[in-house]
Amino acid sequence: MRLHRVLLGTALAAATLLTVPLAASSADGIYVPLFSYRTGPFAGSGTPIVNGMADYLNMLNERDGGIGGVKIIVEECETGYDTKKGLECYEQVKAKNPVVMNPYSTGITLPLIPKAAIDKIPILSMAYGLSASADGNTFPWVFNPPATYWDGASMFIRYAGGKEGGLERLKGKKIGLVYLDAPYGKEPIPLLEALAKDYGFELKLYPVPAAEMQNQSSQWLNIRRDRPDWIYLQGFGAMNPTAVKEAAKINYPMDHLIGNWWAGNDDDARPAGDGAKGYLSLDFNQVGTNYKVIQDILKYVVDKGKSQTPKDRVGENLYNRGVLNSIIIAEGIRTAQKVSGKKQITGEDMRRGLESLNINEARLKEIGADGFAAPMKVACDDHNGHNAAYMAKWDGTKWVKGSDWIEPLKSKVRPLIESAAKDYAGANAGWPKRTEACDKSS
Amino acid sequence: MLYREVGQYKTNYAADMSVMPLIQDRVGIGIILFIAAVIIPYFGNAFLIQAIMIPFLVFSLAAIGLNLLTGYTGLLSLGTGAFMGVGAYACYKLTTYFPGVNILIWIIASGLFSAVVGVVFGLPSLRIKGFYLAVATLAAQFFLSWCFIRQPWFYNYNASGAIEVPTRTLFGIPVTGATAADATRYYVVLGIVVAMTWLASNLVHGRIGRMWMAVRDMDLAAELIGIRLLRTKLLAFAVSSFYCGVAGALLVFQWYGSAEPAVFDVNLSFFILFMVIIGGLGSLTGSYLGAALIFILPIVLRYIPPHLGIPIRPATVDHIQYMVIGALIVLFLIVEPNGLARLWQIGKQKLRVWPFPY
Amino acid sequence: MHLIYQIFIDPFVQMGNAPDLLVQTLWEGLVAGVLYSLIALGFVLIFKASGVFNFAQGIMVVFAALTLVGFYEHGIPAYLALALTVAVMFGLAFAVERAMLRPLVNQPDIILFMATFGLTYFLIGFGELVFGGDPKVMIASQLGLPKGAVEIKMAGGFVSLQKIDIAAAIIASLMVAALAVFFQKTRVGRALRAVADSHKAALSVGISLEYIWVIVWFAAGLVALATGIMWGARSEVSFALEIIALKALPVLILGGFTSIPGAIIGGVIIGVGEKIGEFYWGPLLGSGIETWLAYVIALVFLLFRPQGLFGERIIERI
Repeated sequence: MRLHRVLLGTALAAATLLTVPLAASSADGIYVPLFSYRTGPFAGSGTPIVNGMADYLNMLNERDGGIGGVKIIVEECETGYDTKKGLECYEQVKAKNPVVMNPYSTGITLPLIPKAAIDKIPILSMAYGLSASADGNTFPWVFNPPATYWDGASMFIRYAGGKEGGLERLKGKKIGLVYLDAPYGKEPIPLLEALAKDYGFELKLYPVPAAEMQNQSSQWLNIRRDRPDWIYLQGFGAMNPTAVKEAAKINYPMDHLIGNWWAGNDDDARPAGDGAKGYLSLDFNQVGTNYKVIQDILKYVVDKGKSQTPKDRVGENLYNRGVLNSIIIAEGIRTAQKVSGKKQITGEDMRRGLESLNINEARLKEIGADGFAAPMKVACDDHNGHNAAYMAKWDGTKWVKGSDWIEPLKSKVRPLIESAAKDYAGANAGWPKRTEACDKSS
Repeated sequence: MLYREVGQYKTNYAADMSVMPLIQDRVGIGIILFIAAVIIPYFGNAFLIQAIMIPFLVFSLAAIGLNLLTGYTGLLSLGTGAFMGVGAYACYKLTTYFPGVNILIWIIASGLFSAVVGVVFGLPSLRIKGFYLAVATLAAQFFLSWCFIRQPWFYNYNASGAIEVPTRTLFGIPVTGATAADATRYYVVLGIVVAMTWLASNLVHGRIGRMWMAVRDMDLAAELIGIRLLRTKLLAFAVSSFYCGVAGALLVFQWYGSAEPAVFDVNLSFFILFMVIIGGLGSLTGSYLGAALIFILPIVLRYIPPHLGIPIRPATVDHIQYMVIGALIVLFLIVEPNGLARLWQIGKQKLRVWPFPY
Repeated sequence: MHLIYQIFIDPFVQMGNAPDLLVQTLWEGLVAGVLYSLIALGFVLIFKASGVFNFAQGIMVVFAALTLVGFYEHGIPAYLALALTVAVMFGLAFAVERAMLRPLVNQPDIILFMATFGLTYFLIGFGELVFGGDPKVMIASQLGLPKGAVEIKMAGGFVSLQKIDIAAAIIASLMVAALAVFFQKTRVGRALRAVADSHKAALSVGISLEYIWVIVWFAAGLVALATGIMWGARSEVSFALEIIALKALPVLILGGFTSIPGAIIGGVIIGVGEKIGEFYWGPLLGSGIETWLAYVIALVFLLFRPQGLFGERIIERI
């Protein structure tokens, strides 16, 4: 009896699998899949990001009826920050003619990079993924504006140098890097090593193994011994609040602890409470709801109950980061419609659109994001733009502006990007040469 | 009625000892192979091949590997993920050092490296047993994971810290890298997995398999009847790790295309262990069934709500999916602790006497 | 020659040069060790009484902490939330016994082990469904746990002891003492030990297995709650905390699966060993060695004593 039920269940499951409709029609809109991670150990960062992304695109649908009159079909695919599920999501959405991929995990981005050129779907990894993919000549299908991790690290050095009274004053200083021991965390090392040589500071590395994210006393003991003058934190998820707490514990001066842009979640600083006051984090979007674009989201989406975001969390740092990401997507689509002359664009058009992307001051004002982010420009050979960011400062309860816009040390970053891109293409024998033509406008 | 053995005579010893003595079994396997080799590549879409079949076959191979160790020899291991990692990294190192040699040779050869590492970490098994051994294999898991992350030699000092798969060809057709067609990759995986299953089947039905099972049932007694424990256990570790290593190489080279060290973390080990236990300890068919249940069922569960038109958020689906899988694991264990393989046998028995109850 | 110096001499020179750091490292190791042993204690309780290797202990830690914070966020006062969480943990123990242990009675160990994996998955899904996946801040100060640090000046430096860590050490010792008394002196405790010795013999003298199992799972739930509060206060309450539970496994093999003092001493050895190892020898090997050092320490002990330091001697008969 029981056996029958089990067999029946299995048969039913198998039948469902075979009849799953995989290719939904996307003729009536532009299909933009969003890879989300609202579950798993990193859900704290993933939830606000995808909320912001979905809310902005839905707002465009509600307010303007989409982009250029074409509705955007927004669909989430849950990855849980797991590469395996991410690849499954990719195969699932691929059939529905997506115009752009937002993998939202370095681990998922890396396997998708070689696929992008084959499947003709551009990847937009906003300030994450592979730094080298900023080189448009090697990676025509991958975009990572507004800045790479290397830009981020160079902005940190620039900021620290500024506080010391000039970059040359960094000579003989100790600079520590506390990072998640994974490809994501290791990203800034080559750049910091190069800068250490140029400016004569000593780089100290403090890897935090993923399994020890919430158990960092050894790393901070080492920091107490070495006494680095500045610390750059390339952490993620539960690692960040723990690091901030540990820093407070050893009385490390908070204004010398600087997180990269993924270490700037509200949940990263909040658990340490007052102890985190003064903690800085790089940021390229402003925090808060005092922007027309956020007000519109509140008006058209959140207040109408069409969002998954609790109202009091609109305007948090990573929420606004998600909004900025969607602004890039939307502007990419808009530019693509312009350069291709089509309303219903394809992945190929989107690639051209992103290459011609130019969000200047005037355009930011038009979309109601005046001062919300620095202007950004992407070009045919430069898929990043190496745009400016600023320091957000934790005032004990929320993020406030802690510095002006800081430009990255582009002259140091760019050669490294180009050589890394060359290495990548060299190591992956048979890497295709760029055949896609550049548009005039870019 | 449907599964009758009446009238099938065995006239010599070899026929009596064959793995599939019944014509129905042979026909069944033939049909399954036909579906796998012809129907699926010709009629399946990219999602079926790339996101379901290839991973399913890779996990089945790893599950067979772990089953040889845990199911047949009774040595519980939680280091499967790391042994798969050894295979993947070995294959990566080999093919970048010697790009001229055919990639298929390196995929198989990487299993040998994994086997050597498996033997080293299997050494404590002589003295340590049961859950103590399971935790000892965790040492392998964490040590090897640490190597993949912290020792840049393993990933050729590249900037991303991940291993990337270069394009390699076989008779001029790309079999790895992004340019390889789905069907090509699928055939490579299918070929290797079928061949290695056949090999494993012969292994466990022969002298070595019997030695393993004797050790599993009671190692002291096995020693008394003249089985050398250390050799047998280490052989099990070696063969098991070989299978896992090849599975790991296939995972990166035929499926992922690029892998962070985190791919081979302890969760992968647990994932494979689920498959082996749910599928049935000591059964090769069970390894396939377990891989199907543990890997494919969640995908199916994800598609049921949208398919039925239930407006439900993807994250909620994920949460419910976890609960359902958790509950199903417990339920399966309660219904049939010997796994899906046992259910399959019961099913066969029912077919044999059908339409009569017994 | 240089290498030998670096391995055998240099670390000790460093210890001598900065005794405050040495004391600090020992203290951090001790605190981490105490917290490892709390998790290990949960494993031991259940293994002793039911022979189940409870993989779900880690997620129980997360679940208990989430429940506590979740209740508080719904406006329930902290102490009432604590009481309600205790009730929830009892409910969980009861449900586990009814739905999982009872139907699986008499199954091989590995099946029960697998069932706890099922429980883990279920609790992950259930916890995220009810409380959401966002990390939460532990309500340490609302529960009356101390904040801040005590700084002791010594040898030209200072040693800073977090008050919350001191509280953790005290609570852990109280918990162990209470459990020891409970096991040794009470009627239920004696019944528990009888069950641990032999299920059949215990049944035949009239001990109800079901009742005992609910008790041990409840006790393990309480230990999980205490662990969750302490770890949560040190960082935050999130599902990533579950990974910490794996650190209890080397503690277990070191201390033995069945020994409560073993869990405590094992925890301290592992905690201190890995912090000292990481701090003084880690840089030689490229850092981050604490992920596996604990297992290697445990493995070395195990080669000499296959049943752990305090485990019951394994006697095999044909």
